[in-house]
Amino acid sequence: MANKQDNAANEQARVDEATGTEFVGHEWDGIEELDTPMPRWWVWSFYATIVWGIVYVILYPAWPMIEKGTEGVLGWSSRGQFAEEMQAEEARRAPLMAALARIPIERLPENSEQMRAAIAGGAAAFKVNCVQCHGAGAAGSKGYPNLNDDDWIWGGDLKAIEYTLTHGIRWSGSDETRLSYMPAFGRDGMLTRDQISDVTSHVLSLSGNSEPNANGAAIYDTQCAFCHQPSATGNRDLGAPNLADAIWLYGGSRAEVEQQIYNPAHGAMPGWKDRLNPVTIKMLAAYIHSRGGGEDFVEVAADPEVQVDEQP
Amino acid sequence: MSNPNAVDWTKPQQLKPPEPGPLYEKRKAVHPQRIDGTFRRFKWLVMLVTLGVYYITPWIRWDRGPYAPDQAVLIDLANRRFYMFNIEIWPHEFYFVAGMLIMAGIGLFLVTSAVGRAWCGYSCPQTVWTDVFQHIDRFVDGDRNARMRLDKAPWGPKKIARRSFKWMIYLIISFWTGGAWIMYFADAPTLTVDFWTGQAAGVAYATVAILTATTFILGGFLREQVCIYMCPWPRIQTAMLDEKSLIVTYKDWRGEKRGSLKKALKSPEEFGDCIDCNQCVAVCPTGVDIREGAQIGCITCALCIDACDRVMDEIGKPRGLIDYATMEDCEHEAAGGEPRPIAKTLFRPRTLIYFAIWGAIGAAMLFALGVRSHTELTVEQDRNPPFMLMSNGSVRNAYTVRLRNMESRPRDMEIAIKGLEGGTMWSDDIPQSEAARSLVREVAPDATRIVRLYVVAPQQTPSQSFTLTVTSQDEQQEQDSSEVRFEAPGEQS
Repeated sequence: MANKQDNAANEQARVDEATGTEFVGHEWDGIEELDTPMPRWWVWSFYATIVWGIVYVILYPAWPMIEKGTEGVLGWSSRGQFAEEMQAEEARRAPLMAALARIPIERLPENSEQMRAAIAGGAAAFKVNCVQCHGAGAAGSKGYPNLNDDDWIWGGDLKAIEYTLTHGIRWSGSDETRLSYMPAFGRDGMLTRDQISDVTSHVLSLSGNSEPNANGAAIYDTQCAFCHQPSATGNRDLGAPNLADAIWLYGGSRAEVEQQIYNPAHGAMPGWKDRLNPVTIKMLAAYIHSRGGGEDFVEVAADPEVQVDEQP
Repeated sequence: MSNPNAVDWTKPQQLKPPEPGPLYEKRKAVHPQRIDGTFRRFKWLVMLVTLGVYYITPWIRWDRGPYAPDQAVLIDLANRRFYMFNIEIWPHEFYFVAGMLIMAGIGLFLVTSAVGRAWCGYSCPQTVWTDVFQHIDRFVDGDRNARMRLDKAPWGPKKIARRSFKWMIYLIISFWTGGAWIMYFADAPTLTVDFWTGQAAGVAYATVAILTATTFILGGFLREQVCIYMCPWPRIQTAMLDEKSLIVTYKDWRGEKRGSLKKALKSPEEFGDCIDCNQCVAVCPTGVDIREGAQIGCITCALCIDACDRVMDEIGKPRGLIDYATMEDCEHEAAGGEPRPIAKTLFRPRTLIYFAIWGAIGAAMLFALGVRSHTELTVEQDRNPPFMLMSNGSVRNAYTVRLRNMESRPRDMEIAIKGLEGGTMWSDDIPQSEAARSLVREVAPDATRIVRLYVVAPQQTPSQSFTLTVTSQDEQQEQDSSEVRFEAPGEQS
């Protein structure tokens, strides 16, 4: 056909012969891009996104500046939203917290829903305040009691645990703190090395870890039985540990027991009444009680003021 | 021998002078003409079935007792259950849903390899709703020519009235579409009442609003633009076609050179069978000219076949100038061969392999569905600490056990220790003094019960594995078990 015309068109803008559309000029492996116009709705949608973007930048924090970003005319911020959500969550929990504050701890197990909530809340508080000494699984370590087992120096019912949490052990911050000191039989010269060795044998024999020792038993009766009881089962009022069981706070080897008699270590735990509110302490007590070794109350005080679960 | 009038499409056909291109292109309105024929009737049937299934399914009732809504097909997102007649799927059985999706994917391969883009042409929701809206156009504005006239006519009271009436019908149908969708996610009668009394969940209103808007816009106005510009399937499907897949073809070797009936009658040897009546273009719901060959806009709905066959009947030429054919058949026929039966294209290695895979997955899922237990146990062992020494020297391990009752009735389930000599267990809700080798817990219908177990073994028990079993205490006696570790202090401590 008209080759001249063709060449003239080629010089200005090359045109795809089949469709009559101009080429853009890009080519990949022989495939060329045509300058096909976009559908109208597509173009308008694209403009709409630009408008949306501009409006968004005006309304919301968007543009980074040197010191801080633009704040947006709505005044919205993610921190503000977070604070709002926290407030809403607190408001949502308020009735439950009020109920937990009202209920005496000994009535907590009767209210399954509140008990569940308390255990969950206590688990969270434990992770913040207690794991440093007692470990993430509450299993403790040497000198730091294991809270999962059934051995309690000061008592393992909810009330006793709450008291320990509130006032601490050997804690100077509370006049009502749990306080007990074992005499340093060796350091202060009350017993000789041999006597301590004998009494250690006797103590270990109570749990089947050593041969009985008559001399040690005699020393035990005069020196130890007052606090640890003649049966060696301990005295919770005095914080005297049970020596006849399998659990040793400061280690159960011969050397460790001997050391404890010679120059006893006395661990201390802070009381939490100044740092945690009573509800949190109550929840912590419930959590620790639920770890598998919690003890039942000997008796529960009947209190007509207390609302108990109405569920069957 | 091929027709000397056949057009060689590999050569340029025409040369248009270049025009300065516009930034955007206005949609060219498509006004498909009314047509009747085999494929149109088939399209009606598919439309009836698909819309019927869509609108009616949520209203089919199924007795599930007092514990679940009596709905045959229900996606219960709140309780994370999927009910389908007598099948009930729990979240941990989601592989059934995954399997169904895989089957749907392979099913698409199967259908595409056998009959081309049949999905696009007949059963795609966009196709079905576009078809519905095109019938509304026809009902309100009249057939193709009337609609084209009205389109061009200036806006006046009559046109405004017509348009608002039509758009109102669009809106009602769109609203129905969205309304039917939410019925799958809650008990339909309850939800209907809640919806109209303003008590339904906000998400229900939002879903209806969004689906109404999308149906109104996509079905009422964008139509074939969705298929051509928005939908990914045409790209995938056309890539899945091969020379043995059925496509709608214009038999150019028979039709070309085109000429009007008058010209064709005058010099029959110069012109082919196509009389350039443009009926195939007029009836096309996506506005393509099939005579330009296979193209992305063609959804193979075959309405052009209906139109062309009618014209061929009228001018006394054999049917099938436009027809379903494979590329291979086209070459064969263009070279002068006889048309081959369609069934041959349906059964060939590729379709049979797809069918075999599809069927195997289906059979495997049916089998899994048949043998699955409605009682399940999962055990999670406390790892911190791994074991606990008790004051009497015994060793305690703690486990969190999940009991699943996948039946619509409450059942008692017995958890028992197998192995672990001397081991006993107790739980939060019973005192340690009542520790035993097994304990029974009632599990609510369609529910998981979490039980914390403390397993205690006497002093000196070594670390070992044992089995926890759960047995439902009803006539079915279903059982599940899990091997777990019992940790004890070893030599190192």
